[in-house]
Amino acid sequence: MSAFRTQTGGRIDRTRKVHFTFDGKTYEGLQGDTLASALLANGVHLLGRSFKYHRPRGILAAGSEEPNALVAVRRDEARYTPNLRATQVEIYDGLQAQSQNRWPSLRWDVGRINDLLSRFFPAGFYYKTFMWPKSAWKSLYEPVIRRAAGIGKSPTLPDPDRYAQRYAHCEVLIVGAGPAGIAAALQAAKTDARVIFCDEQSEMGGSLLSESAVSIDGLSAADWVAQSLVALARNPRVTLLPRTTAFGYFPHNLIGLNERVTEHLAQLPEHCARERLWQVRAGTVLLATGAIERPLVFAGNDRPGVMLAAAARTYLNRYGVRTGSRAVLVTANDAAYQAALDLGAAGVSIAAIVDVRKNPGGELHAAAHRAGIEIFAAGTVLGTRGSLRISGVQIGQVDGSGAVHFKRSIACDLLLMSGGHTPSVHLFSQSRGTLSWNEALESFLPGTPAENQRSIGACRGVYALSAVLEDGAAAIAPQRFTVTATVTSPSGWLGALPRPVDSHGAKAFVDWQHDVTVKDIQLATREGFHSIEHIKRFTTTGMATDQGKTSNLNALAIASDRLQKPIPEIGLTTFRMPFTPTTFGSFAGLSRGDLFDPVRRTPVHPWAAQRGAVFEDVSLWKRARYFPVGDEDMHAAVNRECVAVRSGCGIFDASTLGKIEIVGPDAATFLNRLYVNNWSTLAVGRSRYGILLRDDGFIYDDGVIARTATDRFHVTTTTGGAARVLGMMEDYRQTEWTDLKVWLTSTTEQWSVIAVQGPNSRRVLEGLVTGVDLSAAAMPHMSVARGAIGGVPVLLFRVSFTGELGFEVNVPSTHGQAVWEQIFAAGQAHGITPYGTEAMHVLRAEKGYIIVGQDTDGTVTPDDAGLSWAIGKAKPDFVGKRSLQRPSMQAPERKQLVGLINVGSNVPLNEGAQVVETRAQAVPMTMIGHVTSSYYSAVLGKPIALALIAGGRARMGQRLYIPMPGGELEVQVTAPVFYDLEGARIHA
Amino acid sequence: MLESNDWLRELPPATRLILQGAPDAFTAAARAWSPGFSATACRATGSGGRNSLWLGPDEYLLMAPANADYSDLQAALHDVPHSLVDVSHRQVGLEVSGAHCAERLSGGCPLDLDLSRFPIGMCTRTVLAKADVVLWRTRSDAFHLEVWRSFVDYTTQLLLEIARC
Repeated sequence: MSAFRTQTGGRIDRTRKVHFTFDGKTYEGLQGDTLASALLANGVHLLGRSFKYHRPRGILAAGSEEPNALVAVRRDEARYTPNLRATQVEIYDGLQAQSQNRWPSLRWDVGRINDLLSRFFPAGFYYKTFMWPKSAWKSLYEPVIRRAAGIGKSPTLPDPDRYAQRYAHCEVLIVGAGPAGIAAALQAAKTDARVIFCDEQSEMGGSLLSESAVSIDGLSAADWVAQSLVALARNPRVTLLPRTTAFGYFPHNLIGLNERVTEHLAQLPEHCARERLWQVRAGTVLLATGAIERPLVFAGNDRPGVMLAAAARTYLNRYGVRTGSRAVLVTANDAAYQAALDLGAAGVSIAAIVDVRKNPGGELHAAAHRAGIEIFAAGTVLGTRGSLRISGVQIGQVDGSGAVHFKRSIACDLLLMSGGHTPSVHLFSQSRGTLSWNEALESFLPGTPAENQRSIGACRGVYALSAVLEDGAAAIAPQRFTVTATVTSPSGWLGALPRPVDSHGAKAFVDWQHDVTVKDIQLATREGFHSIEHIKRFTTTGMATDQGKTSNLNALAIASDRLQKPIPEIGLTTFRMPFTPTTFGSFAGLSRGDLFDPVRRTPVHPWAAQRGAVFEDVSLWKRARYFPVGDEDMHAAVNRECVAVRSGCGIFDASTLGKIEIVGPDAATFLNRLYVNNWSTLAVGRSRYGILLRDDGFIYDDGVIARTATDRFHVTTTTGGAARVLGMMEDYRQTEWTDLKVWLTSTTEQWSVIAVQGPNSRRVLEGLVTGVDLSAAAMPHMSVARGAIGGVPVLLFRVSFTGELGFEVNVPSTHGQAVWEQIFAAGQAHGITPYGTEAMHVLRAEKGYIIVGQDTDGTVTPDDAGLSWAIGKAKPDFVGKRSLQRPSMQAPERKQLVGLINVGSNVPLNEGAQVVETRAQAVPMTMIGHVTSSYYSAVLGKPIALALIAGGRARMGQRLYIPMPGGELEVQVTAPVFYDLEGARIHA
Repeated sequence: MLESNDWLRELPPATRLILQGAPDAFTAAARAWSPGFSATACRATGSGGRNSLWLGPDEYLLMAPANADYSDLQAALHDVPHSLVDVSHRQVGLEVSGAHCAERLSGGCPLDLDLSRFPIGMCTRTVLAKADVVLWRTRSDAFHLEVWRSFVDYTTQLLLEIARC
């Protein structure tokens, strides 16, 4: 057992030794140790190098407020977590911890040169220094700063862990399991409320876990905690969540909790999530987040071995660790005397107590006196000695005139400090509650909450144990407690300790994590920054990952002192989530890999996959892009598929098309008001190509709409537009046109849609479809009929997106694949060829059929797209009609859809390529439009393209140019139809 | 499609209808549809293998065994403005059951699924992570989920993954 571990006491399990490494060296700790307590038990105080000056740093605190002791923990190659607070890392057998921000080693760090050169790096230095020459920013300054900035390295391998998420609801959420939280939980458990009770530490109990000499209701603190937790754990309505940080407070009492499930385990259970993100919706939130002891600000207050008094007491009483052998305590309150007394009783020599108050007193002061400890009243610290560990402290005293005199140097290896307590109001502040300054306590306390919420105990400035317990209980129902504890009066010190006027050289740290000193804050005020928001950004105080848990109030007090303004006038910065850094994994949860987004597949998908189809993502859908045969590449496959459709028959899975059933006596009126077309004149059994605009007059969606009964329309939408079109329709139906008797139902997935296209398509279907006469006379283009295939009822559309004779067979989805296979079998005699979305794109482009979102971009009107024929001219109104009447929407120079044919080259144009009017223009050229669709047409034996060109329809036959990296391409403007210009084939 | 387990199963095919209309449509429909229609929001009513699930003030999901004949319902509605759309094939029924059913669903559903807040017979449209679902509590330890068919893979894989960790 190490010399620093006590023989008895503490909450560690002395029978279970745990071996771990720090910077490669093996150490022994005990089950229940944190990395910090285990290293301290081994006499290790040097844990890292500071952010800016690379100063040796140790352990300041014992909890999540720790600003210094940031370490990386490596479990394996992929499980490497930087910037963990050693005070929160529970050790396990085999844990590997590494110090950070040092090279080549923690003891010998090249970066410490920054400390010696610190006068050249004052606050805000990078705002001023790297401004000239401008060109050096990108090549020199930024790369160098980026390398120097930040602490810790990111892991480079993908995170192998799972992260779970859970929504939870409760009537009472209690954050913080100290005395206030436990008292509240005990009361809440007596009601029928569901209670969630969380605490960031491995053990619940909070400050009581560090108490040696108090009793509650006749029990020791430890026994009271244990008994209370057993009672709570037995209650099925109470959920206890240790190792769970309430990191964020969101509107309407939604609290984000991060539960660390496996981080403390040596062996990771299979499949178990590493962390669980809880999103808790709580009726009432009780914040029992306690208070953080405030460091004192004096020269050399950052050396390893300088520690908060309460932290030293925690290490002793909870972990059985003496944090030094000869200690000096510097304090501004009574409570810290208990640390000196406890450490003294455990064999630590207490060299002196320096009390900054003029007339210290009270029970503990008397006890220290009785113990023979030398006490300096009106004392101060002038400086410290030591490099990798504190070796001595220079004590001063303030005389009656306020002058500071050197008093004595005292050798020590531990300097305890206590500047009083800062209530943890982080979550309260996150919830938009207003803070109010309490002059007596010199603290910001929770004022008016913005949520159904209550702060209890030390986080609202209630410190005496009996008062804390009663405050906690009273949040639910009043309860008396019998408490034996020393009562101390809260007092503290804000800002820098008194020092001689000439002591400007030494660094007195305010923000340990960002290396901000008293001088930096004073510089900021000299430079004219008067608001704490500006001082914060100039000096970066409080901007590190600890969000200034230990530093904010001291920084404020120093600024207040310099500016001669009271603290509330300087303000307090807003606390933001997360309370402590939270993994990205827990936010991502299960949304990764295959579960990142739903992958939607059609009923025909298995057939296509078996056939070797190559798929592409279209919104959330997987669509077959082409069906390669043998070693065909995409172009060969697409050429073959296109030729097959034009010469014989193709079969295509159009199931992803959005479908909406619009039913009701006012269905036609509803469609008239929405779509540009006239639907009153559409006969039952017929369909029409419809265009939907936004109210700004631009094309929003398109699709074929069939009338299947007087009061029933079958609307199709684009694949990607299905949800938003239904949303837009419901919006108008429910908010604008409540007079209409019409209702909408999505039927996208009710129907599988099998497109059978090509001159042979009728022959393929004739033998299969029953109940429908497929002849051109009985079933012309744009007609719809009900029939059956193999006994399965189908809704049969004669419709074409290819320009060929074509049908779309709508089949109830359950039968989609079976009917597809029947059609495919029947088509064998007619050369039926499955084709994918790529061939579909080529075929429709040959006919100049637009794809919304490809040939339109949200600024294209029906007339721009050459579709003004679709507009019902006699209709009084439709969505977007008024906008279309604006002069600018009818200007002849608007970009219009045209075709482009290559001149002198046979290479398809790049989609998106810009089009210019004349050759060899100087840059920047005048762009008159761009290519929207471009393909090689196997049927035509040449490339074809669609483009939006300014005043395009007036340019027929004109030569235009497309500047490309390899030189200009010449094109000729044509009508946007390349194949079967008369449109005869579609009516075959 | 599903790994065999005792708490998540795909339910057999069913007849599903979306009935929308003004109150008079439901008055008329109730004459031919034995479960009637709950006047209370988010409640299902059932009888004789038929169920009506309240989805909105003017919208109910009607369910019956597969290939049910609902011509009597159509006839009863003949003279009343309404919309009756067959969506039997649009979605698939899943059942999540067992002691952990609510907890597992809470891995992706933000609603309060405690029996006191989401009692037997309660139904609602909601989300399970990134999928829309209709959630219907059929027993204290069982939920019926109606999921659009292309989201079934995602939903089941998600639930299995939630249960694993």
